[in-house]
Amino acid sequence: MNLSALLFQLLQDTLVVLAAPLLLGWVNQCRAWLQNRSGAGVLQPYRKLIKLFHKDAVLAHNASPLFRFMPYILFACMWLAAALVPVLATDLPLSPAVDVIALVGIFALARVFISLAAMDIGTAFGTLGARREMLVGFLAEPALLMVFFTASVISHSTSLITIVETLAHTQFVLYPSLAFAAVAFVMVLLAENARIPVDNPSTHLELTMIHEAMILEYSARHLALIEWASALKLLAYITIGIALFLPWGIAAADHWSALPIALVALFVKLTAAGAGLALLETLSAKMRIFRVPEFMGTAFLLAVLGMLTHFLLGS
Amino acid sequence: MPALLPIDSVAGVILFWLALALLGLALQNAPRLIAQLLFPLSAIGALALAATALGALGGPANVAVLPLGLPDLPFHLRLDALSSFFLLLLGAAASGISLFSAGYFRTMPGRALGLLCFQYHLFLASMALVFLADDAYLFMVAWESMALSSYFLVTTDHTLPQNRRAGFLYLLIAHVGAIGILMSFGVMQGGHGDYTFATMRGSHLSGLWASVTFLLALFGFGAKAGILPLHAWLPEAHPAAPSPVSAMMSGIMLKTAIYGILRVTFDLLSAPLWWWGTIALTLGLLTALFGVIFAAVQTDMKRLLAYSSIENIGIILVGIGLTITFHAFHMQALSALALTATLYHALNHAFMKGLLFLGAGSVLHATGERNMGKLGGLIHQMPKAALLVLVGTLAIAGLPPLNGFASEWLLLQAFLLSPTLPHPYLNMLVPVAAAALALAAALAGYVMVKFYGIIFLGQPRSEKLRSAHDAGGWEQFGLAWLALGCIALGMFPMLVIDHLAPVTQFLVGHQLHGNTAQSWLWLTPVQPERASYSPLILFSIIVIGVLFSLLVVKKFYHGRLRRGPAWDCGFPEQSARMQDTAEGFSQPIRQIFEMFFGVIRELPSPFDKHPRYRGETIDRLWNLFYVPIIKLATTLSSLIGKLQHGRIHIYLMYSFITLLALLAFVR
Repeated sequence: MNLSALLFQLLQDTLVVLAAPLLLGWVNQCRAWLQNRSGAGVLQPYRKLIKLFHKDAVLAHNASPLFRFMPYILFACMWLAAALVPVLATDLPLSPAVDVIALVGIFALARVFISLAAMDIGTAFGTLGARREMLVGFLAEPALLMVFFTASVISHSTSLITIVETLAHTQFVLYPSLAFAAVAFVMVLLAENARIPVDNPSTHLELTMIHEAMILEYSARHLALIEWASALKLLAYITIGIALFLPWGIAAADHWSALPIALVALFVKLTAAGAGLALLETLSAKMRIFRVPEFMGTAFLLAVLGMLTHFLLGS
Repeated sequence: MPALLPIDSVAGVILFWLALALLGLALQNAPRLIAQLLFPLSAIGALALAATALGALGGPANVAVLPLGLPDLPFHLRLDALSSFFLLLLGAAASGISLFSAGYFRTMPGRALGLLCFQYHLFLASMALVFLADDAYLFMVAWESMALSSYFLVTTDHTLPQNRRAGFLYLLIAHVGAIGILMSFGVMQGGHGDYTFATMRGSHLSGLWASVTFLLALFGFGAKAGILPLHAWLPEAHPAAPSPVSAMMSGIMLKTAIYGILRVTFDLLSAPLWWWGTIALTLGLLTALFGVIFAAVQTDMKRLLAYSSIENIGIILVGIGLTITFHAFHMQALSALALTATLYHALNHAFMKGLLFLGAGSVLHATGERNMGKLGGLIHQMPKAALLVLVGTLAIAGLPPLNGFASEWLLLQAFLLSPTLPHPYLNMLVPVAAAALALAAALAGYVMVKFYGIIFLGQPRSEKLRSAHDAGGWEQFGLAWLALGCIALGMFPMLVIDHLAPVTQFLVGHQLHGNTAQSWLWLTPVQPERASYSPLILFSIIVIGVLFSLLVVKKFYHGRLRRGPAWDCGFPEQSARMQDTAEGFSQPIRQIFEMFFGVIRELPSPFDKHPRYRGETIDRLWNLFYVPIIKLATTLSSLIGKLQHGRIHIYLMYSFITLLALLAFVR
């Protein structure tokens, strides 16, 4: 582990945690534009975080330590996930600690904790949210795993770095299996980040809410950390998508000179992905909750199909 | 005087347990002494067994012949790498369970406790003997005493009719299984008339007979392990038994069946065919999915855990199936990987499920309630037990950095590295199997959130829960031992794999290299570029992240906090009854997998004075497999009953006809 790599890891850790709300702001702004609203500006998530951090926290009488502790665990998990995805370069010394299976495991860990915390107060909405979150999760998790496996069998590795290096730095080959995987991945991304059509991130008090139902009891700094963690999760998912399906432009190991290009490439890709997500959300309508299993089942089957395609074509 | 061999120490521990069993009977008038002296002593014995087995893992095989048993038919004992591993599992898990028992059974009346202590230690000793046996005779003796002692343990509370029924079902399936095992041994001895395992290793069976043996053994051991469709006894017997016994049966006894399958397939038969692997893989996947889906809809917490055991046995069987397939195609490195994952998961499951059953026992002890729909909010009354059970919950849900994740990670790696099988259909089966396994693992998360959330979190669903007490000292000690095991097994997978190497070397002739270039920090089963995982680094980053965010928040902002009533969207009159019950939480699963269950619903009409709702999910396999067999047995016995008239002269006529027939036959 050399110094430059370590420095790079630190740079990425700082960058993702600071930039995550910006991406969320951009998506929200795009959505506002698409809906003929003027929007609150891309910096709005930061303002919201600052406001929440300054407020007094209110905790229910029967909140257990698990409830108070959860936002920190959630934040740490999402930060870890976002920090270990090769975003700018493939030279991340800590990345081998977590391969794609472990990455799915970290998302699952965060999901289990947030669901448990949602059940802790014992309100009707909390348990409802937890139940629905686990419902989405148990179908999204294997789908995501299958997407990763499709990429892994191409690159013969479950390490994200090797996957990205194989896909980015070999000559351009079209993998039909990756096309299936990409569709499945987008569906998982929408579901896991509580976006339309599965969930609506900008609503309270809707009987079909999932994520918001779970965090109803949180306030102030705890809520701020959860919101920040959600932003980090969105960033992590989008960068995973970029790393798997649009890896071009990521700097190879020990190439500091390629960093500016990588930064520009990342900026462009994130901007485009954010706008695309907003477009997707604007074009689709929210589903009934009973349809969600079908939606997620489709994602799962598509991902499995992707993997089967790989073996069928024998590539 | 020759040095003390490991096998002698193991035999010593078995004798020690037998002595404790007898002491338990003798001390019936001093129940406190039994609980607080004999059970801790038994834990020390278990610990000694685990230490001996750990030492013997890498060593040469020890054999011994005991001049016991029938004349000319002595007991053969053998301690090799495989039996050492399973003895280690037995000792390590049993020490925690025995410590817990010291506290759990302290309020039992003397006579019952004496009997329980006797059966408990007989059970332990016979399980150890199963692992040690080197001939079919001793194996079956140990196997049957294990089944009988556990039967009496299951029916400890024999005044309840449902417990007697559960015990009967268990005994029945155990014996049907034992017949399968006995027949597979019969085929293997191949007419030599010699039932030692050494002879069986030597008799190389032809493909057909080897397959018959394998299928018989899979059936026989499958009945003990709870493989589909022989699982019916598990969800009945586990809730009936006292919790430490459930922990022992689920954590350890199910593994004796895994041991048996491994012993027969890889050691005694030595050359498995590839399609055995496919059968095991398919059965394992079905079992895992079935187990986890049914676990999700249970309302009794111990039944839920029993179904979860079925799931985990399924996962272990998937690992065995993969190992067989790879071994048959001479892919030694891959079969070593799959076998390592299998054994690792077996060890993990002993700790996780032991912990969860004991935790359920603590809850049962504190509240007298097994129905999750009447529990809730126990994290406030039982904070220590809740914390320790949380470890087991996260571990069995397969979450990093705990142990359940480590073994599932290895198993998925084995799947991912396999797409080079020389059989096209198998190549197609592997990704589908990996997907099914991933689905089962994800569903386990759902089940465990339900288990923990409904029991420990939320508001108490009945008033009496407010006076529940936390687990006592001994109980906490036992829970903590198993929880520490879960953490340690998860954090140091490299060390575990190093210790599993002699076993895989023994069974499939290959081992995962300890990868000395890599440190113990990194788990890299093949090459670092292909896959790597470091639970310790992962855990430290999460801890650093948590501490960092805590510090920053505390440092830069005020730490002000107010307590108030729950918000719940401003609804003021919420009560504990508005939370999801166990049934409510599993409603989506019931809906999605409706075709798997038979669902019986009694819905109240709007005009009912006393509306009553009842929902029951039933196992369709019971009607599919068991009911026809029961019907057949009843019909056959009523037919045979027609022969019996209770008149002497008719019976004399039967003898006469038989005699004539025999004479005709001999002529």
